[in-house]
Amino acid sequence: MLNATLAELASALAAKRISGVELTKLFLARIAALNGTLNAFITVDEERSLADARAADALRARGEGGALTGIPIAHKDIYCTRGIRTTCGSRMLANFVSPYDAHVIERFAAARAVLLGKTNMDEFAMGSSNETSYFAPVRNPWDLQRVPGGSSGGSAAAVAARMTPAATGTDTGGSIRQPAALAGISGLKPTYGAVSRYGMVAFASSLDQGGPLAKSAADLALLMNAMAGHDTRDSTSVERPAEDYTRSLGHSLAGLRIGLPREYFAAGVEPDVLARVRETVAWFESQGARPVEIGLRNTRLAVPVYYVLALAEASSNLSRFDGVRYGHRTSDPYDLLDLYRRTRAEGFGAEVKRRILLGTYVLSHGYYDAYYLQAQKVRRLIAQDFAQAYRECDVIMGPTAPGTAFPIGAKSADPVQMYLGDIFTVPASLAGLPALSVPCGFDSRGLPVGLQITGNHFAEATLLGVAHRYQQAHDWHLRVPKETPL
Amino acid sequence: MSLSPDQIERLARLARIAVSPAESEELRMQLNRVLELVDQLQSIDTAGIEPMSHALEALLPSGQRLRPDVVSEPDRRAEFQGVAPAVDAGLYLVPKVIE
Repeated sequence: MLNATLAELASALAAKRISGVELTKLFLARIAALNGTLNAFITVDEERSLADARAADALRARGEGGALTGIPIAHKDIYCTRGIRTTCGSRMLANFVSPYDAHVIERFAAARAVLLGKTNMDEFAMGSSNETSYFAPVRNPWDLQRVPGGSSGGSAAAVAARMTPAATGTDTGGSIRQPAALAGISGLKPTYGAVSRYGMVAFASSLDQGGPLAKSAADLALLMNAMAGHDTRDSTSVERPAEDYTRSLGHSLAGLRIGLPREYFAAGVEPDVLARVRETVAWFESQGARPVEIGLRNTRLAVPVYYVLALAEASSNLSRFDGVRYGHRTSDPYDLLDLYRRTRAEGFGAEVKRRILLGTYVLSHGYYDAYYLQAQKVRRLIAQDFAQAYRECDVIMGPTAPGTAFPIGAKSADPVQMYLGDIFTVPASLAGLPALSVPCGFDSRGLPVGLQITGNHFAEATLLGVAHRYQQAHDWHLRVPKETPL
Repeated sequence: MSLSPDQIERLARLARIAVSPAESEELRMQLNRVLELVDQLQSIDTAGIEPMSHALEALLPSGQRLRPDVVSEPDRRAEFQGVAPAVDAGLYLVPKVIE
């Protein structure tokens, strides 16, 4: 059961081979056994989880329910949950209990999935290693001395260690795809606007997008069926008819045009990563797909553009944390300015402060045109590169990250080294495109390598179909990390 | 461009974050490292390119969707103030602003 797919769990529940309560207890026990080592969860509420499971069992007993009814799902601690604290990995919100549920939480509740707990993350989703969490780093189940990636590192580690069948995450510049790659699981960042941001703590609003993490692409498709869809409470939620994300899972690969950007197969990528990705592309070719060399010539500018825009938006979004309406408040302030300054100095960690201060700088008088406006213009050049590329290919493949999981602490001293690791994930974020990461083998140290597949706007079903074909012929996604045997 | 100690102080003031003199110098060096990275953008020719502010503007040319200007939310003041650090009689409390 611990290594079963969502479809397998659903059929076991439907056939009464296991109850939702038994399944939930199984995963709660697994969390209790492993969380002390991995630190993947910030909050677990066993009573709440079991109450959800009992309600799901009652529904199934009446012959009702759907694909996710009674299945435990963990949520990144960025999604507001009524009755359970939502910390966003920050001291600022360490005791914050939201008065309402996020749209994504409502959707899983409506599907009668079980809320299994809230997962650890980089503070305010600002990081690529999960080291910036106020609640301490998450460890990678493939090597406990290494990071699981970030910012959805808790969700990725929890799925990898089989502490949960699936989890939610959010992705602003790679925060679902990069941890999925580093933890050896599958993760999808949907098209911007496909999943409502209502109740998702904001980092950079023009880029933030919720999405699922799970073992397989087929599981991601089932989760998307629950998560995605129009919501009037998010003004950037796209109005489109509901779609079945599983609809392309059986599709053939014959004739699929795979774009291979020259810039993604270049110096700076670890040789083992390049080798695994090339082997994977060769497998697709053997199945009738056709590789096409393409150029995404502004790739090297994506990281600078991303950090200007994301930091500017963050400085604006995080101005709401003022110690007045909710969250941390300093003690004995002598005036209002002192209240703000000390509340924010105490409540935010070092990386968050760096980003707010730089975001303030690029938006400030005299610098706005040179930084913010210029970055928005180069953002358009990057989006145009993709539009051009999709005239020649159907999907784009390359490494999700230039390297595999790195040791805890290895990049903490220099923020720029950490940022440069986002080079292959930020371009799709800037262009609003859907992209997923699936495991495609291991490096010489036994660490997982991720393949990124990017599609055109709203091509999630195609991406999932392509990834599913690959997973039917390979078992990387079913391998269990050696530090967390079943 | 490179930030001076005075500029760090100014940014901290604008962002309402207290920065101690001890933190200031390391912060300045780290921010300058990031600025070196983003300064690559200065040399890019973007003449005639419109700024892109929204990932889906190509798909949603009409821009922002507006809702009708009618009351849609119930009054939940007590609930929202229940998570505030200090309230009294329906008001948020802060240190005295006007003498």
